[in-house]
Amino acid sequence: MNIPRQGVGAPVRRLEDDRYLEGRGRFAGDIRMPGMLEVAFLRSPVAHAGLRGVAKPEGAAHQVFTAADLEGVRGIRADSGLPGFRSSVQPVLAADRIRHVNEPVAACVAPSRAEAEDLAEATGLDLDILPAVHDMLKARDPDAPLLHDGWEENVFLESGFEQGFEAASADAAIRIRRQYRTSRQCMSPMEGRGVVAYVDEQADQLVVITSTQMPHIVRNGLAECLGIDQGRIRVIAPDVGGGFGYKGILLAEEVMLGWLALKLRRPVRWIEDRREQLAGNANCREHWYDITGYASADGRLLAVECEAIVDSGAYSAYPFSACLEAAQVASILPGPYKMDGFRCRTWSVATNKPAILPYRGVARTGVCFAMELMMDELARGIGMEPAEFRRRNLVTGSEMPFVNITNKIFDSGDYVEALDRSLAALDLPALRARQARGEPDGRHLGVGISIFCEQGAHGTSVYSGWGIPMVPGFEQATARMTPDGGLELRVGVQSHGQSLETTLAQIANEVLGVDPAKVKLVHGDTALTPYSTGTWGSRCIVMAGGAVATACEELAERAKKIAGTLLQADPDAIVLGNGEARGPSGSVTLAEIGSVWYHRPQDLPEGVDPAGLEATKGYKTVRDTGTFSYACHTAVVLVDPGTGAVEIEDYRITEDGGVLVNPMVVDGQVWGGAVQGIGTALYEEMPYDSEGQPLSTTLAEYLLPGAAEAPSIPIAHMETPSPISRFGQKGIGESGAIGPPAAIGNAVNDALRAFGAAIDQVPITPERVMAALARGERA
Amino acid sequence: MKAARFDLHLAADAAEAVRHLQGDDAKPVAGSQSLGPMLNLRLARPGLLVDVTRCAELRAVTEEAEDVLYGAALTHAEFEDGALPDATPGWLAPIARRIAYRAVRNRGTIGGSIAHADPAADWVATMTGLGASVRILGPEGARELPMAEFVTGALSTALGPDEIVTAIRLPRRGPEARWSYWKFCRKVGEFAKASACVLADPARDEYRVLAAAIERAPVALPDPRALIEGRADPREAVEAALPFLSPERRALQATATSRALAALETGVPA
Repeated sequence: MNIPRQGVGAPVRRLEDDRYLEGRGRFAGDIRMPGMLEVAFLRSPVAHAGLRGVAKPEGAAHQVFTAADLEGVRGIRADSGLPGFRSSVQPVLAADRIRHVNEPVAACVAPSRAEAEDLAEATGLDLDILPAVHDMLKARDPDAPLLHDGWEENVFLESGFEQGFEAASADAAIRIRRQYRTSRQCMSPMEGRGVVAYVDEQADQLVVITSTQMPHIVRNGLAECLGIDQGRIRVIAPDVGGGFGYKGILLAEEVMLGWLALKLRRPVRWIEDRREQLAGNANCREHWYDITGYASADGRLLAVECEAIVDSGAYSAYPFSACLEAAQVASILPGPYKMDGFRCRTWSVATNKPAILPYRGVARTGVCFAMELMMDELARGIGMEPAEFRRRNLVTGSEMPFVNITNKIFDSGDYVEALDRSLAALDLPALRARQARGEPDGRHLGVGISIFCEQGAHGTSVYSGWGIPMVPGFEQATARMTPDGGLELRVGVQSHGQSLETTLAQIANEVLGVDPAKVKLVHGDTALTPYSTGTWGSRCIVMAGGAVATACEELAERAKKIAGTLLQADPDAIVLGNGEARGPSGSVTLAEIGSVWYHRPQDLPEGVDPAGLEATKGYKTVRDTGTFSYACHTAVVLVDPGTGAVEIEDYRITEDGGVLVNPMVVDGQVWGGAVQGIGTALYEEMPYDSEGQPLSTTLAEYLLPGAAEAPSIPIAHMETPSPISRFGQKGIGESGAIGPPAAIGNAVNDALRAFGAAIDQVPITPERVMAALARGERA
Repeated sequence: MKAARFDLHLAADAAEAVRHLQGDDAKPVAGSQSLGPMLNLRLARPGLLVDVTRCAELRAVTEEAEDVLYGAALTHAEFEDGALPDATPGWLAPIARRIAYRAVRNRGTIGGSIAHADPAADWVATMTGLGASVRILGPEGARELPMAEFVTGALSTALGPDEIVTAIRLPRRGPEARWSYWKFCRKVGEFAKASACVLADPARDEYRVLAAAIERAPVALPDPRALIEGRADPREAVEAALPFLSPERRALQATATSRALAALETGVPA
């Protein structure tokens, strides 16, 4: 029998596709329950105010709930243990102070959402308007209004890193200083947030069905805020339509829905609408860099110095805290390069905006933009092709594993090879010749490169250092063979687009030989799965994958023992594959093994392991400092000087994700991320006015890349195994979203260079290009 | 984002629609692609919506010797798909194809777009450029206004609160007529940031160079023949005719005008 390989490395078709493509998925918005009430939130119309009172509509006291009703409910608190961290408490409903537009102030409950919105509209707010902090660069001004009582300045955390800077920078032939900015963005999964909560009277449990990436962490947060035992809470993630980090937080709305279900003893539902998502919740990405690069005349990067500010918004979001992003900047800014000197100071500043949340790539997208634009400037400064300047400073394959200047341990790979493969596909000399000739339509051609590495699946030692409410430990999985030889896998991570139903089944196939079609993944339910911090940080295929493999290995040993009895063979001589256990002189199917354990225990051998065909195992990587995938992105753009429009003519990625469990799934992850990166580079921006009002409150203003804006992106894979993971696989989930702003930014600046112009901010809007050209002309 | 409470009346014909618009609080609706979001954001709160999409005369095409009359409730998609006779040598489908997204085009109507009078709307620009006029029905009976008089400003028209647009009258164009429409959008399907159209119809001695998507009603540039024949500089014409635009928007408008003129020259549909 010739069965195609379905294990690690096979491009198995996604097991979850049928359900999704035929519209049979079950998302929070699909859930209806008898007697269910809809919830609408009354949200603050202003960015900063004292809240003197809330006037409920007459006769609606039992339908409108305010902070005054929430006796015993604690606000959301996500402190970091890093020294100097200032703590904030995010109220479930604003009590006496409002700190950003659209902060929830009252929850209104009615049979329909429209009626609930009628109640919200009829509820009055008595506000004492305060001046707002709307600009992160002004948040630390001595006269800036303070957001939180007891703070001396609007800073959650100041952090930094310094190593060898003075000595390394002293003799630089060239020193270039630039300021860069990434705009505030809003994560925009196809499905927004949504929560259904009810009380399961039989189980004596509050059940919260929520569109989340981390059900177990949400349960921690709910127990803390509501003050009830963990055992009395069950959190379920149904089908989840994309997350990207936006569903990796505890929402005030989740706490509120839980409280309402307990209070009303009726099912309640809140489905976030686009305005709530855009203008109140899903904020991310806003960074500012003042960066100086130092290089030698022969093209050696000597040192980098940087001050960076991250606009963390009003509150520290649970569980990652308000400082993860800025503190990461200081540790990852050097990127994939060698340097002898580095100095970086960062500030996580508080402003009257929604809390900044971790978005795919987290700080890396901004860091890559700042560092890679600086690399191009330095190269130009010493008259070198930017690709060549990079080649001379990248960590090389022979130096792996490499401990970089901020003590990151790059596990494996060949960054120079990735660059060279990208360049070969690009034909840079031909592009330079074309650039010199000029385009027939008057547009300007530009070529840009970005190269970066991405730490994924980093574990206990890294996160215990941050001291945030969530530290990943051993990742666990349960593997249970069914009586018919199928397999149930139970994992605490949550698949919301990562294809884990397929890829974890492939890993089970690799170890047990079970047909992936007979593997059922059980996930997204605190009642049914082992504890996990969930899906974030490009960790699932490494951590949950490793845990599934470990549990399946245990199961394999037990299955082989049973098979050994049936085949009268030494269990060590038995090999599992293609759904059967094969001995030296015959084979039995997994179904027969299952049948013996469950249906015919009388046939079991003496001394069989009484734990049976079910095993829960924990897993950690060999070293918990993370896998480092890496990629080189190249962009060829055409800039229209008549409109400022940027067209991506060619976009390519060379990617090394270690051993690919399913190359087709990896391509999908990288493409999706890259298109989001194009959104960061060219389209997405959530500006705030001087009163702290968000200005892109609908999708007519907040532009997302669509099908027409997504170029066809060839991906070339390298597969350097990671020495620390079970199969050599690396986390790859965020990678695609990191490189595009830098590659496209460098390409645009390459096109604008002839005009003495450069952009220094994403998104690269037509207005910013035209303004840059005008500045270039004046200069 | 759910609309405030309103009543809905499905009008069987245009006269009935007009009768139902007599209250203060009533508004006509067709495809609901502009009004719908305004309702859901509660920025528009009519007490009564009068749906005109079932009125037979608003769904009709009437072919006359010199003109074609398009019922106001014909959808963008029907123009895009070539399901309707074209008064021009094939210019209407390419205009319709680039309005927003197909889902919007399936429901959005030409009359609704013109009555809403978003300055960046494709039909507002092109129907003005093509010399169309608007047929209106009100309590006093029917009347007709040229597009240039119908649109009075951004989101503002000569339409009374108790009147509806019933049809768009479009003059026929012969094979010697030339036309181009160029618009600049941040991304496919978004409203234009600047647009321009050019008409050169020697048979009817009609020439027009129109600047649109300028946050007010489209503006016809003076001396269009000089622009079309290359005797005048479009940048200077835009500078002179659109002093109210910011320098950045004016530069973009000059680009739009130049490119529309160039497209007319090369015959490449813009």
